[in-house]
Amino acid sequence: MALRNIIGKRIGNGIGLVGRRSLSTSTSDVENRNAKSMNLYSAINQALHLALETDPRAFVFGEDVSFGGVFRCTTGLADRFGKARVFNTPLCEQGIVGFGIGLAAMGNRAIAEIQFADYIYPAFDQIVNEAAKFRYRSGNQFNCGGLTIRAPYGAVGHGGHYHSQSPEAFFCHVPGIKVVIPRSPRQAKGLLLSCIRDPNPVVFFEPKWLYRLAVEEVPEHDYMLPLSKAEVIRQGSDITLVGWGAQLSIMEQACIEAEKDGISCELIDLKTLIPWDKETVEASVRKTGRVLISHEAPVTGGFGAEISASIVERCFLRLEAPVARVCGLDTPFPLVFEPFYMPSKNKVLDAIKATVNY
Amino acid sequence: MALSHLASSSPSRSANLLKPLSSVISLRRPISTDTTPITVETSVPFTAHQCEAPSRTVQTNAKELATFFRDMVVMRRMEIAADSLYKAKLIRGFCHLYDGQEAVAVGMEAALTKKDCIITSYRDHCTFVARGGTLLEVFAELMGRQAGCSKGKGGSMHFYKKDSNFYGGHGIVGAQVPLGCGLAFAQKYCKDEAVTFALYGDGAANQGQLFEALNISALWDLPAILVCENNHYGMGTAEWRAAKSPAYYKRGDYAPGLKVDGMDALAVKQACAFAKEHALKNGPIILEMDTYRYHGHSMSDPGSTYRTRDEITGVRQERDPIERIRKLILSHDLSTDKELKDIEKEVRKEVDDAIAQAKENPVPEPSELFSDVYAKGLGVESFGADRKEKNSHGRHLDNTRDDPSGEVIIGLCFHNPLPA
Repeated sequence: MALRNIIGKRIGNGIGLVGRRSLSTSTSDVENRNAKSMNLYSAINQALHLALETDPRAFVFGEDVSFGGVFRCTTGLADRFGKARVFNTPLCEQGIVGFGIGLAAMGNRAIAEIQFADYIYPAFDQIVNEAAKFRYRSGNQFNCGGLTIRAPYGAVGHGGHYHSQSPEAFFCHVPGIKVVIPRSPRQAKGLLLSCIRDPNPVVFFEPKWLYRLAVEEVPEHDYMLPLSKAEVIRQGSDITLVGWGAQLSIMEQACIEAEKDGISCELIDLKTLIPWDKETVEASVRKTGRVLISHEAPVTGGFGAEISASIVERCFLRLEAPVARVCGLDTPFPLVFEPFYMPSKNKVLDAIKATVNY
Repeated sequence: MALSHLASSSPSRSANLLKPLSSVISLRRPISTDTTPITVETSVPFTAHQCEAPSRTVQTNAKELATFFRDMVVMRRMEIAADSLYKAKLIRGFCHLYDGQEAVAVGMEAALTKKDCIITSYRDHCTFVARGGTLLEVFAELMGRQAGCSKGKGGSMHFYKKDSNFYGGHGIVGAQVPLGCGLAFAQKYCKDEAVTFALYGDGAANQGQLFEALNISALWDLPAILVCENNHYGMGTAEWRAAKSPAYYKRGDYAPGLKVDGMDALAVKQACAFAKEHALKNGPIILEMDTYRYHGHSMSDPGSTYRTRDEITGVRQERDPIERIRKLILSHDLSTDKELKDIEKEVRKEVDDAIAQAKENPVPEPSELFSDVYAKGLGVESFGADRKEKNSHGRHLDNTRDDPSGEVIIGLCFHNPLPA
């Protein structure tokens, strides 16, 4: 995926900063010094190295993280920071997250890895009932803001039912946690560092298809990207497309093809799903009058539904066409039928044309 | 079989044929029908927790040993063939192979009836075959074809066989154990006199839901047998690094347990028979099968980064389940080496034929994408700009109430007979 490297102003320290919401024209808000070409898992690896380097009370744990993890995101951490800070857990997601909450409650940065997002459900109770509500129910006496849960999510071409799921919608329904999804290596490093240093519990979903596939120039220094701030990664005037993670590259291809038919598409990367940047999306829809949301998760109850409802609420009179959603089908993630299930470029393109010609 | 080499060694063929058979042949009948009891000792005695271990003397016979041999050879050959098919990209997705662990599947099957239920995790190819699954069903399912046991919709990790009470094939480790205890509850409630074997691995043994299920089973005396197939590595993590107590047979605490040499099919059979009897009378029991997998965790794992090659070859030489049965057969003079090799050749051909057949088989119809989500289909139009919602029978739901039985309502409105 080609992303322009524009040297832009580095945005402050980014923690919880939600101000300055101009229509960003830069695709990069990070200085580009000492940038090195690397893929997604290397970028995440760098972020973790920096997180542990800068905070002596940061820990990384999960299944098989010690040798580097099944996707190599945790390579070198155990050797560098020792077994007391980087360690394997037994096969128990509920235990991992509960343990992480406790660790975070004592003021540490607990970076827990769930090996595949498909396995996160045993920990669902801990995340929803414990992590999300800790600060609230203790009247701010306690909190587990130091908790970050990382999990690879999404289709990978042959993952089948239990190695391809996109469960972000379940977590978006829980006030008290944040859900963040990066689209590329450079974004992932900055966003992950922000998530780790954010004083709220965060679930960070990493698009596993891009671990090796996405290669980009990533600055080697410590930088953070702001949470709850969406980014316009492609300017347009006819229709707004909203997405996150690996799906953005599919959408970008559809935008390029639509351009050949004279349709000018604006593409927005949401980055943080909750709390999401309604203002940026709204501003874009006010410009274009049309919106299309796309995600891999099944369409019914997917996060696209929330975006659709909010936009209709805010921009009803401005809308020229119904809000379109191009998403996964309402079936379990299939095995041989994956190409049929996925919201492919052609489906997105079809929907762009239908919406523009409504 | 046995007659041919005797006839060639004697000078007068017709004279031999006239003599009574027993004096000519060394009392050996064709191996596949001989049921004269043979007594064998298991490799090691059983270790028991909170119960009395069964004897290490096992009754078997030539027929059973021949069946064990053949079945394990089929399983071994099938798994090796699956390895090649995966590397040739005919099998995609994930593929977890069972070679090395065959004795658990055959030994268990020998102690059970088809009324007993078995439920296991994703390393299920051989358990499926032991329950009566055919090679065609296996390879077709692995390659995602219609003739597969799950119609090509499940893949390697999701084999099922309802008519033999094989409840599959689960991706999330440990999740199958509470399910298994539920099956046991149903069996007890319906007075089936049958039991459920819920299998899991040493990695899954640390899941909380196992202990919840065990507690419930023990409280209500359910005929549930929890079988830990301990191949000593949960993916790449050795058991001693994941479990405070790797004595999985003791982890039931109040529930009795038995540790079994899982590479000895006869020991497995003895233990399972013992467990079945125990569970029907006294409730849950844990069996720990000390076994080993030659392949890595899955086809993406070489299996040699966390174990030494010496360890793997060591187990192959000392404890291979097929070799054990082969030695037993040969030492008891039940068959010749050549005959056993002929069986292996025959099996190889069977496997190759099944693969060829499976390759010809078509992939499932696109409509299968939407079928079986609910009891009655519910789906979304996959192509076209208008993307109206349709039910799986192709009717638009935008003029009817949006419910799964919209088709029924259409039928009632237009005086069509209700669907079956």
